[in-house]
Amino acid sequence: MKGLRIIVLAKQVPDTRNVGKDAMKADGTVNRAVLPAIFNPEDLNALELALRVKDEVPGTTVTILTMGPGRAAEIIREGLYRGADGGILLTDRAFAGSDTLATSYALCQAIKEMGKFDLIVAGRQAIDGDTAQVGPQVAEKLGINQVTYVEAILQIEKSGLKVRRRLDNGVETVKAPLPLLLTVNSSAPDCRSRNARLLMKYKHARTVTERQNAAEDYLYLYDSRPFLNIHEMTVNEIQSVPDQLGLTGSPTKVKRIENVILQAKDAKRLTAADEGINDLMKELIESHVIG
Amino acid sequence: MDNLFVYCEVEDGVVADVSLELLTKGRSLANELKCQLEAVIIGAGLKDIEKQAIPYGADVVHIFDDPRLAPYTTAPHAAILIKLFQEEKPQIALMGATPIGRDLGPRVSSALHSGLTADCTSLEIGDHEDKKAGKTYKNLLYQIRPAFGGNIIAWIINPDCRPQMATVREGVMRKQIINANYPSKVNHLEVSKYVSDTDFAVQIIERHLEKRKINIKGASIVVSGGYGVGSKENFKLLYELADVLGAEVGASRAAVDAGYAEHERQIGQTGITVRPKLYIACGISGQVQHRAGMEESAQIISINTDPDAPINSLADYVITGDISEIIPKMIRYYKANTK
Repeated sequence: MKGLRIIVLAKQVPDTRNVGKDAMKADGTVNRAVLPAIFNPEDLNALELALRVKDEVPGTTVTILTMGPGRAAEIIREGLYRGADGGILLTDRAFAGSDTLATSYALCQAIKEMGKFDLIVAGRQAIDGDTAQVGPQVAEKLGINQVTYVEAILQIEKSGLKVRRRLDNGVETVKAPLPLLLTVNSSAPDCRSRNARLLMKYKHARTVTERQNAAEDYLYLYDSRPFLNIHEMTVNEIQSVPDQLGLTGSPTKVKRIENVILQAKDAKRLTAADEGINDLMKELIESHVIG
Repeated sequence: MDNLFVYCEVEDGVVADVSLELLTKGRSLANELKCQLEAVIIGAGLKDIEKQAIPYGADVVHIFDDPRLAPYTTAPHAAILIKLFQEEKPQIALMGATPIGRDLGPRVSSALHSGLTADCTSLEIGDHEDKKAGKTYKNLLYQIRPAFGGNIIAWIINPDCRPQMATVREGVMRKQIINANYPSKVNHLEVSKYVSDTDFAVQIIERHLEKRKINIKGASIVVSGGYGVGSKENFKLLYELADVLGAEVGASRAAVDAGYAEHERQIGQTGITVRPKLYIACGISGQVQHRAGMEESAQIISINTDPDAPINSLADYVITGDISEIIPKMIRYYKANTK
């Protein structure tokens, strides 16, 4: 069968899994600048599934699409080092303040400019928003079927895919026709690591904006090696209705944010000393909390 | 028009707990808004299913019964809700934050261009003033949830788009029967008017569902471990303590992500919510998302090497030290005092 054209939706996110004390400012807000920015973990699982299809079906291409600030080009490079064929950074001030709906609208309009595709794969959710909404919303806007909570692609045929879903309380095997959008769980295989040869090849891959700040000596590369161009799409490269973008295009708005300030309770404090623990257990037994 | 809808999930002829919890919350919100509470149940073999929803105060129960509608697949359920909501124009629509809700909710909200907030820990009714636009909105749904690594609590609103949609995890709200004979209207709708053949392109070939082996939600004592436990090996100490106390073992998301405990044991905003008599937190720092899953525990003991761990401010007893020393002592003194 012919190779599949696969788009991987990926997001660069702050590493919220390890928000230590250093990340907290004196006024209780989070210092985002201090948190390292990473390739959203479940999007890496999605990339791996796409790369496995590429392994199995010759002629398959894997393109990463990410919407974010200029810095998000870093995850496109990361994807290239792992085996993706190319990447597109969708970036524009007009997208600022987008909720999931406005984000999925922008992504959908970008995808429409990318030509025909067979499969879109995305991580189930991002670790900063945790909503799991963008994947299904993009599928709805493109008018294609979706299968969520996917952990493996079992069979690939012209007529469609057979996938395995991992749900809270069990597994399902599902068959769906192409074109299709899948969202992928962390129970799917981990993404393969960087390939040394690809790292050397794509080390200097840059977007136009990044090249404006690049050292003079490398600029000649981008003419002779077109694969080093990371395509940048702004609002001018997509068809869109302005009031569906950014903050204006976001039905959900943040009304208020409260920093979590913990009120200390009047707690009984103990150490590991025997007497304290013995008294604690006695107290809990006497008040019928345990025993 | 302008009523509050709750999408009810069904498995094996039983309406899911999370849906009953949302009907209860929906009832109280509907009372405040002076509107109706309407339940939507979509599936197969649904004879008498309304009897499960009515006692929770649903004024109307809409039933879509067709063999093709179970087990759940996205397109037909989405097509039904989208058309129903276009006809009925609800002001609010709620569903459980389950694999079904998280697959269906965004599909429906995208089609209706309405806002959706996932994993809310609280829902309230309130007003909003948009000073820039000079507009005042009355009786909006405040969708409240922790965000950004759990260091903030956000109030989210959908001022202009309808329905205002929110998903809520199981156990966050409490279910409560209002009246076993609540006066409800039952609506059996003609499924063929809402779905088309193309909605059945995705097919389920096989399903293996396991009945939950672990019932942490119902446990009266929970011994829970966090990243501070350090390893899957060390978690054995917690199982020993739980065994002795007749407790269940839970874990924080960090511990589950690190592989120390199974995903089924995860407690927190994106896991299970528990309200036990006693919650013993071992090596848990206590980020907001974890606290959201256990802060209503009657009594809390925190065992941590860090005297300033955030969870300590919630605890009734704070034991500063290492679990490898403390837990064996707790077991020893428990046995000594219960002879």
